[in-house]
Amino acid sequence: MFAEFTEALFSIFFVETLINGLLLGGVLALLSLGLNLIFGVIDVVWICYAEIIMLGMYTIYFLHVDGGMPLILAAACGVGVTALLGWLTHRLVIGYLLQAAPINQLLATGGLLFFFQGAAMVAFGIEFRNLGVSLGSLAVSEDIYLSWTRLLSFAIAAGVVVVLYQFLSRSYLGAAIRAISQDREIMILMGVNTKKLYLLTSAIGGGLAGLAAALLALQYDVHPFIGLSFGPITFMVCVMGGLGNMVGGFLAAFVFSELITIGGYFAELEWGYVLAFAFFIAAMFVRPEGLFARKS
Amino acid sequence: MLTLRNVNAGYGDFQALFDVSLDVNAGEAVAVIGPNGAGKSTLMRVISGMIPATAGHIEMEGRSVLDAPAHDIVGMGIAHVPENRRLFPRMTVEDNLRMGCFMPQFRARYEERKDFVYELFPRMLERRNQMAGTLSGGEQQMCAIGRALMSDPKILLMDEPSAGLAPVIVQQVFDLIERIRAEGLTVLIVEQNVKQVLRIVDRAYVLESGTLRLEGTADELLQSAEIQKAFMGM
Repeated sequence: MFAEFTEALFSIFFVETLINGLLLGGVLALLSLGLNLIFGVIDVVWICYAEIIMLGMYTIYFLHVDGGMPLILAAACGVGVTALLGWLTHRLVIGYLLQAAPINQLLATGGLLFFFQGAAMVAFGIEFRNLGVSLGSLAVSEDIYLSWTRLLSFAIAAGVVVVLYQFLSRSYLGAAIRAISQDREIMILMGVNTKKLYLLTSAIGGGLAGLAAALLALQYDVHPFIGLSFGPITFMVCVMGGLGNMVGGFLAAFVFSELITIGGYFAELEWGYVLAFAFFIAAMFVRPEGLFARKS
Repeated sequence: MLTLRNVNAGYGDFQALFDVSLDVNAGEAVAVIGPNGAGKSTLMRVISGMIPATAGHIEMEGRSVLDAPAHDIVGMGIAHVPENRRLFPRMTVEDNLRMGCFMPQFRARYEERKDFVYELFPRMLERRNQMAGTLSGGEQQMCAIGRALMSDPKILLMDEPSAGLAPVIVQQVFDLIERIRAEGLTVLIVEQNVKQVLRIVDRAYVLESGTLRLEGTADELLQSAEIQKAFMGM
């Protein structure tokens, strides 16, 4: 038994597993980024974030498959649509609830989740739709194959993290986004229109959902309930990283993805999720504020 | 330069200011003194748009302040150093200064203004990459004043700049304000350190329970028996 375990540990396939975990982590990191950005700035958790991603996936699917639009263009339109959805979510719902109790804000975004889901079901039906794009695999060696889709997802996720980081640390708007999460009230004294900044942040958060949608559409079928399969995990990555802490969320994404793939390597994939969620629950006992939460 | 006429303001049902009228002329330093809860901070907040006025007029160089969107007021040349400094604690000193320069019309002069602030407060240059939350109280006050100066304001509103600071530091802060005055800036300051603030301003108003009770030159008020009894424990 033990010999089997060590053999598995030093197997070439374990290396492949670790790399796949890393690649999955990139997508999880991208997923958590938008949610964290919105929470960090506006202090409201968008429970419906994964459903915005779902709508982004539909946009890409219909434009590419039915509309015949080149994939890259369809993805860009998907980003545009989700950015608009993010903007509308704040403009029509959250903006009116900024002073409301947090539970009411949660219920409102939870309501949006079912609204988006129901709307998608009515409009598009419940069938699973596949983009039908396969990018093939990269043969690293005779034994290790890495899916191009995953590599691409990781590269784009990493690129977005770098761009977002530069934007937040170098531009005036980025500085304002960091500042408003630290002291909302005095932003007026800096000449910042907080309403506009909230709308902009919501649109950026929505746009990030669109990017995630483009990457997920390459790997998964689109259906009205797809949000439920990665919504909870996105939320957990954010909580584990310390809600609103983008660096923490980024690191937590990799902890989670490695747990999932390693668990899946030694048992079935489902066990990977069990392992990851068990770790999450245990972590919440030890550090309820999140593993990477800053001390305040 | 700055004119208030019959300004009323408050929070919800609580009225904090009653018919406040005051003037600050260009180049002047004016203090508003008064006990805790007199409405001094409310007065500053209403001028810079942090809370709305319920009645009255505020004009800056002939333009109505109350009619402007709150976030445009700093663009009219009014910079506010808020009570308790209110820096962005998890941002560097330099990023805090940058926020003072946020409005698009200020950005072109960012480097120039930053150099000005660093020259005025060399300590800020040393600390420029440090998180503002880790600065000492006096340094935080420098940073807060520096942030307000980034927009090259015409008038600086200062809300209790000496609050919460050790006595030695309080004197340093008042020295800082004198240096800012020497740069030709107009200053409206709210303070509880009555004796010290009256030494650095030209005129002062006394605010009590939301109403202006007295006004006079700093010298007159320093001599006034009433003021001495009420604020200086003599």
